[in-house]
Amino acid sequence: MTTQTAPQTAEAAPRPAAIASALASGSRPRRPGALSESLTFGWRALLKIKHSPEQLLDVTLSPVLMVLLFTYLFGGAIAGSVEDYIAFLAPGVLVQSVLIVSMYTGATLREDIDKGVFDRFRALPIWRPSALVGMLLGDTVRYTVAAAVTAIACLFIGWRPAGGVAGVAAGTAVMLVFAFALSWIWTFIAMLVSSQRALMGIAWIAVMPLVFGSNIFVDPSTMPGWLQGWVDVNPVSHAVTAVRDLMNGVSAGSELVWVAGWSAALVAVFGTLTMWRYRDPR
Amino acid sequence: MADLAIETQGLVKVYGATRALDGIDLAIPRGGVHGFLGPNGAGKTTAIRILATLIRPDAGTARVLGRDVIHQAHEVRSLVSLTGQFASIDEDLSGRENLRLIAKLYGYGGASATGRADELLEAFGLDDAAAKQVKNYSGGMRRRMDIAASLVATPEVLFLDEPTTGLDPRSRNEVWDIVRALVAHGTTVMLTTQYLDEADQLADRISVIDHGRIIAEGTSTELKASVGAGSLHVRVMHRDDRERARGILIRELGVEVEAMSDPQALVAALEDRGRVTRAITALEDARIELAQLSLGQPTLDEVFLALTGHAAEPGDDAEEAA
Ligand SMILES: Nc1ncnc2c1ncn2[C@@H]1O[C@H](COP(=O)(O)OP(=O)(O)OP(=O)(O)O)[C@@H](O)[C@H]1O
Ligand SMILES: [Mg+2]
Repeated sequence: MTTQTAPQTAEAAPRPAAIASALASGSRPRRPGALSESLTFGWRALLKIKHSPEQLLDVTLSPVLMVLLFTYLFGGAIAGSVEDYIAFLAPGVLVQSVLIVSMYTGATLREDIDKGVFDRFRALPIWRPSALVGMLLGDTVRYTVAAAVTAIACLFIGWRPAGGVAGVAAGTAVMLVFAFALSWIWTFIAMLVSSQRALMGIAWIAVMPLVFGSNIFVDPSTMPGWLQGWVDVNPVSHAVTAVRDLMNGVSAGSELVWVAGWSAALVAVFGTLTMWRYRDPR
Repeated sequence: MADLAIETQGLVKVYGATRALDGIDLAIPRGGVHGFLGPNGAGKTTAIRILATLIRPDAGTARVLGRDVIHQAHEVRSLVSLTGQFASIDEDLSGRENLRLIAKLYGYGGASATGRADELLEAFGLDDAAAKQVKNYSGGMRRRMDIAASLVATPEVLFLDEPTTGLDPRSRNEVWDIVRALVAHGTTVMLTTQYLDEADQLADRISVIDHGRIIAEGTSTELKASVGAGSLHVRVMHRDDRERARGILIRELGVEVEAMSDPQALVAALEDRGRVTRAITALEDARIELAQLSLGQPTLDEVFLALTGHAAEPGDDAEEAA
């Protein structure tokens, strides 16, 4: 044991003279502004993915499993054949995978708050929502990855979207905007509960009616009346219809207006609630 | 009133049945170190978090550098920094990334953000670890990293919440050096601590806080003077002699003599220093050998005991020895 290359040196010590000069040169530049601050926080989210890329694994694996499961389990029963069903299911399951991945945004936020990271951000002279907005912007990268992997899985088992690349891209864009808006529900819940586990519990309960009480898996015309009523107002149904139309090369028309309206409303309500709790989180 | 760094009136914060702060009045001038000394749960963190605009008081007002912490919170934030009791840096990012992130948020551009980060990393002796994720840092490195992150833009007031709790003596000395450098630069430092010697070493003035109230305030000399003539510390050579020595000292000094957790040590808070000589002669006559004998200014430990009627912190001795 004589060939120890890394010497066991003590940790380097701080240098008071250098600290003094660093203090003297610490005058503040101009404030960067809300957009730039948000983008900086988005950059932080990307850095976290860079340091642990394995966090992309769970966001990609589960949507693929969903696609395979539903297509082969229900495809024959619901639409007669796997090919027919995948044409119906693919856009919906894309939306579903993004929604489920978006819940992890709330979990990340809760972890940041618990670890005290947000205390520092909250003490900075910046536009207060920027830490959250930036986090959600950074997470759209994860949503995009989830959507892309799901789309590839669907293509693999026979999905041929009539809207082509342009239609799929447009549908994906609508989906990302909707997911960004919906994520404010998770950030609000993250501010209310005291642990990540409680958060995921509540989020799953909330996401169930949104995902399954929608037109993602089956045509609602076969459902009982009360359920059809819910499916009609469910914002997820509107998002799915819009995405489906765009990917199928059909004009999405009024559905796009619905999605825009719902997205604005979600941000207005849950964004405000989140920021209200953000002032004094537990 | 803008010449005061911190000014509060009747600050109250209630958590359920706990009055974390129960009417705090402070008037802290600019410059130097103001110590906030108190045991666990005294309300130190709560007070600091209100002053740094992280939480809102339930009653009372607080101004930092003349700005109200509720109505001018943004202005306060642009003048102060907080290094919290628990690390508030992103463990998943490297040290350099953490500092670049904060520099960017203060408005440094890409290259100058990196420059500022590297300047601080070097000054704090973290340049070798700059590219490592913070989760791999030692406790002392994390603390320095956390303080460095608070100095990306030089604050006029820096809040340090228990900056040396859990650090080894060497890291603690390093943090003390950093605090002294800040003070030399003209930053006002408000420091909370449970360590009486830390307040003694660093703080120009000390507020002693207990159960959400300020129970005493002054320089460390003033606080000590308020409890009497100092104390006599005696350590007997053989622990079997201690009880006998205690009896003699009580008789000769005319005050209570406390047996410390060290089985050979005795401490007496003096009322009259003149009786000490006689007491020592009496010990000699009784053939009690002494290992150590000292006549000291009262320590802040004793101050705390005198002020609150209870010790500063259970297990304080063990902490001090660590
Ligand atoms: N978020 C909270 N919810 C409920 N009670 C709280 C909360 N924060 C503080 N308290 C209570 O308020 C009191 C003061 O706490 P505080 O953290 O200010 O003490 P402290 O002096 O910083 O103690 P320590 O030395 O342990 O850090 C304690 O009794 C604590 O339990
Ligand atoms: Mg505390």
